Amino acid sequence: MSLERRAAMATLIEGRGEDLLVVPGLGSTAWDLAAAGDNDRNFYLWGAMGGAAMIGLGLALAQPKRRVAVITGDGEMLMGLGALATIGIQRPDNLAVIVFDNGVYGETGMQPSATQSGADLLKVAGACGIATCLDVRDQAGLADLAGRLKSLRGTLFARVSIEANEPPRVLPERDGVALKQRFRAALGLKP
Amino acid sequence: MTETMAGWPDRLYDTFKRAGIRQVGYVPDAGHARLIDRCRADPEIRDVVLTTEEEGVALAAGAWLGGERAVLLMQSSGVGNCINMLSLTRTCRFPLLMVITMRGEWEEFNPWQEPMGSIVEPVLKLCEAEIFRARKPDEVEGLAARALQTVFGDERIAAIILSQELIGKKVWTK
Repeated sequence: MSLERRAAMATLIEGRGEDLLVVPGLGSTAWDLAAAGDNDRNFYLWGAMGGAAMIGLGLALAQPKRRVAVITGDGEMLMGLGALATIGIQRPDNLAVIVFDNGVYGETGMQPSATQSGADLLKVAGACGIATCLDVRDQAGLADLAGRLKSLRGTLFARVSIEANEPPRVLPERDGVALKQRFRAALGLKP
Repeated sequence: MTETMAGWPDRLYDTFKRAGIRQVGYVPDAGHARLIDRCRADPEIRDVVLTTEEEGVALAAGAWLGGERAVLLMQSSGVGNCINMLSLTRTCRFPLLMVITMRGEWEEFNPWQEPMGSIVEPVLKLCEAEIFRARKPDEVEGLAARALQTVFGDERIAAIILSQELIGKKVWTK
């Protein structure tokens, strides 16, 4: 059973609160986040493939009193798989890495990714020392994840099984300097 | 060896402290061993050992988004691993200091180090990094202070390049 990606994103960030900072991966998860409603505390990626989880780690270490959610795709996570080992050492309490896994590269024509052939991101994350790894396959699992995201207590990894569909693109701001400055300003930092 | 000769990693650490560096990402290199030890021993610095250098480019971007200053330590071979991720740094104008120990340029025993070592500077220049190369121990502290000013004052990429001659020969036989 798989979840619909736009509805899943909306559920995860509903009532997000001012202390939730969200870093989506490039491509579909960035469009999903934009579709769920723009927010200064979203740092949309239009590139940097393989870097989303590490941006989340640097941010989580710098902002221990805020919650950080990296919400990315299976292809983006696979490109930076080593980041799970790096995060497994640091394990900040306020970081969640959530992978929308549909087993395909959706932006480029639905070519199969390694997760379709057996690469198990949950096992990788667990083997890297991330204690809480959730396999989200239905509404109940999604509701549980959304609840845990409200008050993170320890590094969390979740694989969310989503349909291999491609909803209409919702494009967020793409000026990187503007995205950075508005994000920092929202945190009370000098832009 | 005089204190000045041996102490350049400590001077580098001192400049990091004065600049308020809070996160240090690194892929270990023998030339960085002393500096890494100092950072690991400092409770005010989060040391983050990376599986590949490009992770550190992303880490530093995240740190800056959250209001902290990070630096990235690597050997020359790691520069090549960073190239695409530096698009993040350039597009968003994130500050980034890379501290690079050189291989493949002086008394190098291992020819596999030469292809990457020989293109470190031109590649970094193409990525719009300001280069600060130290050849002698007493140059390191001053160059580091200027590099940090370039990075965090102007929100730019800078690379402190520590010449292989400065670090010394890797001993291959014991």
